[in-house]
Amino acid sequence: MIKTDILVIGAGAVGCAIARELTKYRVKVLVVDKNEDIGGLASRSNSAIIHTGFDAPPGSLESELVVAANPMYEKLCMDMDIPFAKTGAILPAFTDEQFAMLPSIKEKAFNNRVYDVEYLTAEQLLAMEPNLSPDVKAGLFIPRESIIDPFLLVVAYAENAQTNGASFLLSTKVTGMKIENNKIQSVTTTGEEIVPSYVINAAGLFNDEIAAMVNKNDYSVNPRKGQFYILDKNTNCKVNHIVLPIPTKLTKGKLMCPTIHGNMLVGPTAEDLVDKEDTSCDSAGLFSVEEDVRRLIPNVNLRDTITQYAGLRANRNPEGLHVDTYDDVKNYVNLSGVRSTGLTASAALGKYVAQTLIKIGMEAEFNTRFTPIRKGIPRFNELSREEQNELIKKNPLYGKVICRCETVTEGEITDAIHRPIPARSMDAIKRRLRPGAGRCQGGFCGPRVIDILAKELRLSAADINKNLSGSYMIVGKIRD
Amino acid sequence: MHEIKCDVAIIGGGPAGLAAAAAAKKHGAEKVLIIERDSALGGILQQCIHPGFGLIYYNEELTGPEYAGRFISEAESLGVESILNTMVLELLPGADETRIICTNSDFGITEIKARSVILAMGCRERTRGNIQLPGTRPAGVYTAGAAQRLINRQNAMVGREVVILGSGDIGMIMARRLTLEGSKVVAVVEIMNFLSGLTRNRVQCLDDFGIPLMLSHTVTWITGNRRVEGVKIAKVDENKKPIPETEQFFKCDTLLLSVGLIPENELSCTASVEIGPVTSGPVVNQYMQTSIPSIFACGNVVHVNDLVDNVSVESEIAGKEAAAYAAGALPPATGSVSCLAGSNVRYVCPQRIDLGNEEKDITLYFRVSAPETKVRIFASQDNKELCSKKAIKVNPGEMEHLTIKSKDLQPGKLIVNISKEEKNG
Repeated sequence: MIKTDILVIGAGAVGCAIARELTKYRVKVLVVDKNEDIGGLASRSNSAIIHTGFDAPPGSLESELVVAANPMYEKLCMDMDIPFAKTGAILPAFTDEQFAMLPSIKEKAFNNRVYDVEYLTAEQLLAMEPNLSPDVKAGLFIPRESIIDPFLLVVAYAENAQTNGASFLLSTKVTGMKIENNKIQSVTTTGEEIVPSYVINAAGLFNDEIAAMVNKNDYSVNPRKGQFYILDKNTNCKVNHIVLPIPTKLTKGKLMCPTIHGNMLVGPTAEDLVDKEDTSCDSAGLFSVEEDVRRLIPNVNLRDTITQYAGLRANRNPEGLHVDTYDDVKNYVNLSGVRSTGLTASAALGKYVAQTLIKIGMEAEFNTRFTPIRKGIPRFNELSREEQNELIKKNPLYGKVICRCETVTEGEITDAIHRPIPARSMDAIKRRLRPGAGRCQGGFCGPRVIDILAKELRLSAADINKNLSGSYMIVGKIRD
Repeated sequence: MHEIKCDVAIIGGGPAGLAAAAAAKKHGAEKVLIIERDSALGGILQQCIHPGFGLIYYNEELTGPEYAGRFISEAESLGVESILNTMVLELLPGADETRIICTNSDFGITEIKARSVILAMGCRERTRGNIQLPGTRPAGVYTAGAAQRLINRQNAMVGREVVILGSGDIGMIMARRLTLEGSKVVAVVEIMNFLSGLTRNRVQCLDDFGIPLMLSHTVTWITGNRRVEGVKIAKVDENKKPIPETEQFFKCDTLLLSVGLIPENELSCTASVEIGPVTSGPVVNQYMQTSIPSIFACGNVVHVNDLVDNVSVESEIAGKEAAAYAAGALPPATGSVSCLAGSNVRYVCPQRIDLGNEEKDITLYFRVSAPETKVRIFASQDNKELCSKKAIKVNPGEMEHLTIKSKDLQPGKLIVNISKEEKNG
């Protein structure tokens, strides 16, 4: 049995942001997740954008949170050593109909208190984005739309939370909750039983299943799939900003933008599903991405794709972002409807949920030992030659490049394996450091990373997984 | 920063780099240095433990490590130096010398200054992402070369029931290797209506082991959430589009991809070396000299070869000429010939012949676009035929060559053509 003040269910961006925020108070925080690594599902497969909220439904909680969160990221990313770039977004209009929509989009932004949206002429747009379709008539500029590494944001939230006292229990699935006297008394899991004072449901795609355990399933989560292309850093047709289409009534549409690592991201689709684990890509979906994005960037070269992926948005039915508390389950906070803007909202949701807990009785004594500073693993390829040399002198493994596409060294990989929240699978390493995320997709480094993981974790290579248990990389030895 | 000076620096210690290094040394370069990222010389040959190497070059059959071993011994006995476990980060060509920035655990960041440089980085495999293979994203999808490394160098078995997509040579070699290690190879699936690798590999690796080859088929879907559980395979029409009603499910735990190789030229691009659109490798002249005069290139970094023997021969030219360049002795060109691909030819390498005073034989290497039988291969300038030969059959998987005499050439264009032999011709 584990006793804790706060139990956070789900180690995605939102769960980890909440955990970090709560370590600012003198409470014991425990985060559980059914997966082998932090990072959730939606938090690691999305468009990697920090939104401004310009097109959120005005007056909604989603709008309030996204608009409040956007300005937090510059400092947050500096404090937590995460790459972040304020590229800005452009919204070009190509038809008379789209042109006529620009004032209403600008007005909606204004109603969301996003005051810095500006009109741009066709000449200005083409100067900013030479690869934009020359049919452009005019457009809007949203200067604070930004790009981030979404997975590193989760890692940073989690590591910083842990430094400040939070604990993480992974590969542990919540199976039930016992309610007595209008309170959750205990939480059963596939591991130990947990006895918490407060429970927060931040289970993303599975939040309806957790809510059902306390009979609060008056809604459902309807996964909405988004398929993307990632293009090689060397592709000849690039963009400098987030290039967004004018939204239709049905969808926000498909965009093209740079990633924080210098690739191009093209997508996503919006497909309603039933299966919460269906992250497959299909030709029809990818073709629709190509067709739509060509209207914005006619020369986009999708033959330069290095991979395609799909993520699932945790859409709620009925819609809307909710943070709910209940009279008959007094020590429980339920989050639902955290969809594509959830990554952005996370920084504000952490604070919102902390205040919600205080409102329902959590004692809020400031933890004076809290530090907002988190230092990441030194990134060899981002250092100057002198800094690289110093690093190799301290740890010679930093002189050995394992991933040639992204220039990742053995030093970085062994560091990630031995961090307080360790990277124990191929994907855990890839998401933190990018070996296997480059143009050869692990053809060169994959076999080497398997060996390093096995050596550092003192496991047999057959015990190394791609991600979850059962996703084994090899079946055994050739010769004993 | 650690510094090393040399006459000829060679990036990559595989078969191309080794042959070039030995040749550079033989032709008078004093200090020749190979920079190798792995812990030993030999490159990809070290994982190619099957026989079939050296039939042309040595007139005997060797395994990959044996073939590499001969070149390593020769290079060492000639006094070629090497720096292992070293990755080149940057290539900076200059007027008198090229600076190569690399990293090494023992020496830290190291700067190598060379009078001439030979690019011999080889190639990489095309991936699932490159061919946009639909489906889920489980463990168990490997490129054939990565699987070969795991099996032959890391003592790790990749799977028990395997489908191989692509009839490239490494894929066929792996079909046999996996069968010999007790795995079941369900099928080798090829989207084209002809084999993409060598015929001898089809005979020795597939036919001899009863492994089905499915031409004009492709994998249309991967299933399995954690590990591969199977693939769907469909017949393709003449436009290589899958025919839905022919789709069939095949159970397997592993999918190997042998769907092509891409010369690895990111480093060449940082030095602004001109890259050919068809080969994806540096554009070279008959000396294997790139668009930057002090930089030479050879082997799979220039164009993907099917036989290492051809790589060795080509690389010896690069080594010899890079040594001459380092000594300031490469003759100036008086004119140049562009070598162009004509009918049923994909590309010609070298792409350019520089004319000078010397008279010698020049070998043109090229690949055909589509398989054909009973053909005539000829090279001509201004409709004047300079040389020709006949062939019973030609295949895209097997490199062809023609040798011409430099004295016969005029500045201008040279076109290589392959045509069906006329019945009474």
